[in-house]
Amino acid sequence: MMQLHASALAGMTGLILFIVLFAIAVTYALWPSNKQIFDHLARLPLEDDHEEKGQ
Amino acid sequence: MTMARAEKTYGTMTTASYAVMASLIAGAILALIVAAKAADTPMAIHASLFLLAFVAGVFTLISRHFNALEHRPGADDGLGYNDNVVKAGVIATLFWGVAGMLAGLYIASELAFPALNFDFAYINFGRLRPVHTSGVIFAFGGNALIATSFYVVQRTCRARLAGEIAPWFVFWGYQLFLVVAVTGYLMGVTQSREYAEPEWYTDIWLTIVWVVYLLVFLGTLMKRREPHIYVANWFYLAFIVTIALLHITNNLAVPETWVSSKSYSVFSGVQDALIQWWYGHNAVGFFLTAGFLGMMYYFVPKRANRPVYSYRLSIIHFWSLIFIYIWAGPHHLHYTALPDWAQTLGMTFSIMLWMPSWGGMINGLMTLSGAWDKLRTDPVLRILVVSLAFYGMSTFEGPVMSVKAVNSLSHYTDWTIGHVHSGAMGWVGFVTFGAVYCLVPWLWKRERLYSMALVSWHFWIATMGIVLYITSMWVSGILQGLMWRAYDSQGFLEYSFVETVAAMHPFYIIRAAGGLLYLTGTLIMVYNCWRTIRGDVRAGEPIIPDANPSIVSGPLAAQPAE
Repeated sequence: MMQLHASALAGMTGLILFIVLFAIAVTYALWPSNKQIFDHLARLPLEDDHEEKGQ
Repeated sequence: MTMARAEKTYGTMTTASYAVMASLIAGAILALIVAAKAADTPMAIHASLFLLAFVAGVFTLISRHFNALEHRPGADDGLGYNDNVVKAGVIATLFWGVAGMLAGLYIASELAFPALNFDFAYINFGRLRPVHTSGVIFAFGGNALIATSFYVVQRTCRARLAGEIAPWFVFWGYQLFLVVAVTGYLMGVTQSREYAEPEWYTDIWLTIVWVVYLLVFLGTLMKRREPHIYVANWFYLAFIVTIALLHITNNLAVPETWVSSKSYSVFSGVQDALIQWWYGHNAVGFFLTAGFLGMMYYFVPKRANRPVYSYRLSIIHFWSLIFIYIWAGPHHLHYTALPDWAQTLGMTFSIMLWMPSWGGMINGLMTLSGAWDKLRTDPVLRILVVSLAFYGMSTFEGPVMSVKAVNSLSHYTDWTIGHVHSGAMGWVGFVTFGAVYCLVPWLWKRERLYSMALVSWHFWIATMGIVLYITSMWVSGILQGLMWRAYDSQGFLEYSFVETVAAMHPFYIIRAAGGLLYLTGTLIMVYNCWRTIRGDVRAGEPIIPDANPSIVSGPLAAQPAE
């Protein structure tokens, strides 16, 4: 007879959780209004100044 | 904050300094007791080493304090970027690179000519091999990752590294870990866990160092002046966090006694094997891949002077890499006692890894769009691009080898060794060389490298070395696999094991020759960096415009003709 083991539950929870988290990450990446931020970030290494003061 | 800063006395003995000093003294006392009660010689030697290091640490703190009292506003005013620890990391990278590759060349020669171990236990293959693997992966690669992560996180967050003592503790603590690990291997101290050979006390020490590393990195991210966290930092952070998790879990062990250098894993049987390869493959995924992708995402755009090709792709392939890599480990245990479904799971996820791996490769290569001409003039960029090509190649080869049918031929053969080396020499090695060639002039404020011609020599010699290495290992690996599975008409094995070993001989020589070339390239790099640091410029070399973008910050104005 089928029994719901804790391990099966953990597997299903993990599966759903990971898919949801991944979907959020992809949605964030593709969200149109985030394009501006990404364009800025893509140039970030070019804009940093070697001598600029940290802090 | 401002009040405290204004009233600050000039010494460096803050509460944190006192806490560090107290810990060092406590550590020294513990080391002294262990050294006195040690159950075996290696433990006595290692405890003494720890004792020396802790005492040296206390002296360093004291002299730092008195130096600060004497020269009040020091050269390093604590306001600019903390680059001294990065400089130390670059030098350590060069040192360990030579040491680790030399050990590799020696054991490759031992395989071709076993008499080279001179019947001397300390340099036999079994003891020198982890010196090579740890020397290259953890010492060369690890120092490069720590140094570049410290450099990159400061620039992309526009914030000074968190803490003053902590970054130096990470640097020296990591060197101590490496020295204890390597000397242990030579004395026969090992857990026999691949890529996790150091024994329990070395593991505990690394855990402490690693947690401080994590805190320094997080602390810097937290005080960033840039609102967003740049993708390179995501990769570095994934590397630091995951390695902590892997290291602690895989090394859970019970020492024989608290003064013995021997321990036993808490896992046993197939669980032990699975934990080991969950660790082992993710060491590849998060140490040798995620960390170095972080390096790639800073140095390739910077060197090419082009923005990241697709920032969206970088986010998507980052998260796919994180979600997929962690499941791929079981492909190391095909046709073993591991349940079949787990083997199939490992294989499936390995094949899925193609997508994020190639996402990273394509993103890196396409960052050059509009700047491909620089490949003709800038050998450093050439090294970085070839590293991406090798990344693409070895992440294509890996999933193929994880397919059970292919694995039944390739497993336990030299093909695996060839695969590892196309990743380690081609991807990890080359991307590190590229980063070092960028960093040395930037850090030491030199206008350019001593010699671009030497960079070209390094590039070609090392590339030839890799090609010799991996092609010989492909041939010998497939040959070996076919000989092992050859049956005669009676159903008997056609070859004895020793016949397969004898058949490997020519390929072992070619492999050692490849290693010699690769090491030669590294020595050329060390020479070039040393001359650059001294401030020399090789006479007669044309100044290549744009070869060192952003040395002189500001718009790329036309340079006056030389």
